[in-house]
Amino acid sequence: MRVSPFINPEYTNPSAGLTDTTLTLNLGPQHPSTHGVLRLVLELDGETVVSCAPHIGYLHTGFEKNMEAKTYHKAIPYTDRMDYLSAMIYNVAYVLSVEKLCGIEITRRCAYVRVLVTELQRIASHMVWYGTTGMDLGASTTFLYAFRDREDLLNFFEELAGGRMTPSYSRVGGMAADLTTGFEKRCRAFLDQLEPKIDDYEALLTGNEIFKERTQNVGYVSTEDLIALGVTGPVLRASGLKWDLRKNQPYLVYDEFEFDVPTATASDVYCRYLVRMAEMRQSIRIIRQVLDGMPEGDINISDTKFRRPSKDTIMVGMEELIHHFKQMTSGFPVPPGEAYVPVESSKGELGFFIVSDGTGKPQRVRVRPPSFFNLQALPLMAKGRMIADVVALIGSLDIVLGEIDR
Amino acid sequence: MNETEQKVHWLDKALEVVRNADPESVVRVERGVDMPAIVVPRELIVEVCTALRDDAGLRFTMLSDLTASDDLDRDPRFDVVYHLLSFDLNARLRVKVGVPESDCRCPSVTSVWPGANWPEREVWDMFGIRFTGHPNLERILTPEGWEYFALRRDFPLQGPGMVRLYEDVTDVL
Amino acid sequence: MGLSDRLTRPEMKDDPLAQLPRGTVIHLGEDESLNDSVLLTTVNKVVSWARRSSIWPVTFGLACCAIEMMATASSRYDISRFGMELFRASPRQSDLMIVSGRVSRKMAPVLRRVYDQMPEPKWVIAMGACASCGGMFNNYAILQGVDEIVPVDVYVPGCPPRPEALLYGIIKLQEKIDKGAKWI
Repeated sequence: MRVSPFINPEYTNPSAGLTDTTLTLNLGPQHPSTHGVLRLVLELDGETVVSCAPHIGYLHTGFEKNMEAKTYHKAIPYTDRMDYLSAMIYNVAYVLSVEKLCGIEITRRCAYVRVLVTELQRIASHMVWYGTTGMDLGASTTFLYAFRDREDLLNFFEELAGGRMTPSYSRVGGMAADLTTGFEKRCRAFLDQLEPKIDDYEALLTGNEIFKERTQNVGYVSTEDLIALGVTGPVLRASGLKWDLRKNQPYLVYDEFEFDVPTATASDVYCRYLVRMAEMRQSIRIIRQVLDGMPEGDINISDTKFRRPSKDTIMVGMEELIHHFKQMTSGFPVPPGEAYVPVESSKGELGFFIVSDGTGKPQRVRVRPPSFFNLQALPLMAKGRMIADVVALIGSLDIVLGEIDR
Repeated sequence: MNETEQKVHWLDKALEVVRNADPESVVRVERGVDMPAIVVPRELIVEVCTALRDDAGLRFTMLSDLTASDDLDRDPRFDVVYHLLSFDLNARLRVKVGVPESDCRCPSVTSVWPGANWPEREVWDMFGIRFTGHPNLERILTPEGWEYFALRRDFPLQGPGMVRLYEDVTDVL
Repeated sequence: MGLSDRLTRPEMKDDPLAQLPRGTVIHLGEDESLNDSVLLTTVNKVVSWARRSSIWPVTFGLACCAIEMMATASSRYDISRFGMELFRASPRQSDLMIVSGRVSRKMAPVLRRVYDQMPEPKWVIAMGACASCGGMFNNYAILQGVDEIVPVDVYVPGCPPRPEALLYGIIKLQEKIDKGAKWI
């Protein structure tokens, strides 16, 4: 073999001997694609991920301790800020646990309204997921489309509850206020123009060759592994297990509505995308049924021990005045015990485990955050993939650091 | 009626499974408002969980949540709470383990459900309960090297340097 | 028509020619319309105008306020009309840090490090109640205001502030930059 005269015979390959060491890369807490302050410490062999260790806690706020210091009613705004993209669902989940402890039966209208806002919030949360995941994978149009349409949903939340993203709409025993006049008409008009928009979203990504190349066969985890890790939600459904708490362990009035639970079998990023897009359509279906069957009646329970009496009765009735005073100062006393009512959040199973000692303040509020358990599957999924796939995987898990770190 | 019969049936089976693990153990059953709860002694928790997961009639394959609660007036001060979910039975079970403050340890169930890894780290971080047999028991939410256990009831809300307006008034923050 | 007329007509208040001291003699030429094609101003003003019209923020979204910041950047509220459509990922290429969200004690050193990596001139907007003063979280884990570790130029209250509120804060920052220009 002729040795080239241009090669320096003393040249030694500097990469020789480095093949057995890995590079540690810190995908730091400040990163545009980590959907919040997540720190991933990746061990890389070239471009391939050997191991991936998530470090969380950069958004730890001490929610649970804060909620112990407030009465059950005053703790409701804290529940919006944990998973800020599914705020209404968190409100409903918290209030369901407290009502279970108190033994309160809410009115039918209240249950319907809670289902309505939960499904609207699910659509809003999936829109943010769609927008940010598309943007992370390079399709920046999805971000603008999703946020533009989400603004209409936020208009509804602002109309009902006063807050766009942190509405705090549910109360123990009812809701903060009833639906506004004309809401049903506006909501139906919104749903009618939303379905073609979801078709637009699918047209952008579902058949897109680049998207499919980046997401198919990426991040496979078997159903048994997912169950052993405690993963729930669309990630579990994309692996083939048809488990949705709205169908399997119905709460509120979900057993009265007809809807499908979309599943997929391949358990990769593409399947999780398809599951979430189908869930948005099913949510529209549920909302239409809710609006068709909305019962008349009071939105709050009539027992004023738990739900504050209306302002015009406070000034004239002694009992109402006393109840109002007691609720606002030391809080209504909740019977001692513990309750955990799981609901299906947009990310998975969410539940508030509340331990009550009989006073007006909770003794322990534990939030079972779906993304906390879902993120445990990331090291398993990322092993052997490339760095670019890690971004796709984080997007497919749809994590929100606010609820992971609490 | 059928559902409550079935519920009672599987709860009896669960108790039988627990008693099989150790016949002399004292196991308490509580009927909670939302799901049945069994209180098992600390030493048996791994065996009990393995049996609950593997038994063909129960199949509690998912650990839905693992947490703890603290009550200064209770004798085993801490209570480690496991929420189990069985897809086959479509049922939930709460398992509680009392952990005293003097011996703040509990066996880890990561060998039964790998998903218990992070929740146990969080309980260690927030309460100071050491899980023996855990592969990587480090702080997960608070900064590294932070010396306190935040969710204990005697830790003040604002942290170690909390200033109170009046010494005897403790519920105004 | 003359210099004094310019002073009395309100729309001419910002005319740079009107801000010259009285008695300045300007020699124009045959072509009196030089007024329309020449703008007289100071270097400070031009540099300030350039700086405030093209601020590039660094992506520092922490919590709920980050989503409202993203909503401000999207098409309904359109932060791009203020020159800020480009959120840089690297702090070394940005001038503004919008601290949007609650800053935990674990995140504080990271925030300070990102702030230190930004080149001068740099500004900080504390967006939201948590960044301004700790918000509803008066506890062990949250910094009671990001001004514990970085100097803040504009505080935007709200939980989360509406996108219009953030835009108002950005406009206030732009006015502040107009008045400033102390780095020349």
